[in-house]
Amino acid sequence: MVAAVLSDSDLRRRAWEAAAQVVDPEIPVLTIADLGVLREVEVHDGRVEVAITPTYSGCPAMNMIALEIELALERAGIARPTIRTVLSPAWTTDWMSEDGRNKLREYGIAPPQASNSRRALFGEQQVACPQCGSQNTELLSEFGSTSCKALWRCKSCREPFDYFKCH
Amino acid sequence: MTVANISVSETPLVLYTLRRADDALILGHRLSEWCGHAPMLEEDMALANMGLDLLGQARELYSYAAKVEGRGNDEDKFAYLRDVRQYRNLLLLEQPNGDFARTMVRQFFYASFADLYWRAMMRSTDATLAAIAAKSEKESAYHVRHSSEWIVRLGDGTEESHRRAQSAIDELWAFTGEMFSVDDSERALIDAGIAIDPAPLRSQWLKTITGVADEATLALPTNDWMQQGGRSGRHSEHLGHLLSELQSMPRTFPGATW
Repeated sequence: MVAAVLSDSDLRRRAWEAAAQVVDPEIPVLTIADLGVLREVEVHDGRVEVAITPTYSGCPAMNMIALEIELALERAGIARPTIRTVLSPAWTTDWMSEDGRNKLREYGIAPPQASNSRRALFGEQQVACPQCGSQNTELLSEFGSTSCKALWRCKSCREPFDYFKCH
Repeated sequence: MTVANISVSETPLVLYTLRRADDALILGHRLSEWCGHAPMLEEDMALANMGLDLLGQARELYSYAAKVEGRGNDEDKFAYLRDVRQYRNLLLLEQPNGDFARTMVRQFFYASFADLYWRAMMRSTDATLAAIAAKSEKESAYHVRHSSEWIVRLGDGTEESHRRAQSAIDELWAFTGEMFSVDDSERALIDAGIAIDPAPLRSQWLKTITGVADEATLALPTNDWMQQGGRSGRHSEHLGHLLSELQSMPRTFPGATW
């Protein structure tokens, strides 16, 4: 049993590294660390507790993500971790890392705009096409293939694309 | 029905939380009935997405009610093993989908209210309710925008879409008063800063929907007689039919897992 010989801080680091590798099942280029879904890892009496936060209330990927974290930690030699869901503070797209935004764009999904303020939410949106970079784009539907995405179309290259909504 | 209903110990906080959870579950279920039937693919996805948001809100609220009650009930038992008279949702939300205009008017009336309500609830002294509200208000903001755009499109559209939208407004109007009603059980929670008093939200709600209705060339009824009952378990006949579908699996195969 590896966990027994590690100090709490080493155990915490090892658990964080393992959990941080877990990817979002809907957007497999992003890890839960990129997304900001992974909030914290704590060690109490040698037992690991991982805190995650849902992106959207109804996000069906959360159960899958919790299971994947358990498996990742077990593979790293950490037995029976506890996965805790925290609601506060509420997740926002502002927590998505710069690296995550770039990976999203390369994958073909336009990353969320920087601010989640209500003005950004209800004001004029300018979303650049992740394929050709053109700003000449239009909204097709506020609701896309998953809770976190909207459907857009580029009027320059004519490609439809997903936009990760501000939240 | 082969499985007994659960009994619920309705202390004020449990009842308050269940009422909001039932609102979200019942409207979410109504929206899910559109899946595969919406007028176009984008709208099919939009309705299912909003239904999913509401289902997520319901799950968090039911889980919290279960924790507060502390009698071994859980989110599934609340959803699947209570009968019509034990449900506490607003009458508005159980009304049948009807045509697309009717679904959108129902959505517009409720989302415009829920958005104000969640934002107010972010200041609840109850940390869990405040956290659920902070997540939900981001979702309701999208629901308001989506339904408002449709109200304008339908009202200011063709003669037929205008007629259907106006008739939906006229038919659903009497169910809107219940959103702003408060009983003694909630009054004590409001005084303690836990629950939100909906009454002061009515003027802002009216302002929002009047603005959209004006743009849509639709008229809001002046009649102010309001139908109530859902909050105390007195429902229209529609809820029983909805629940028989919602609950058929767990009632028929108790404890089934897969």
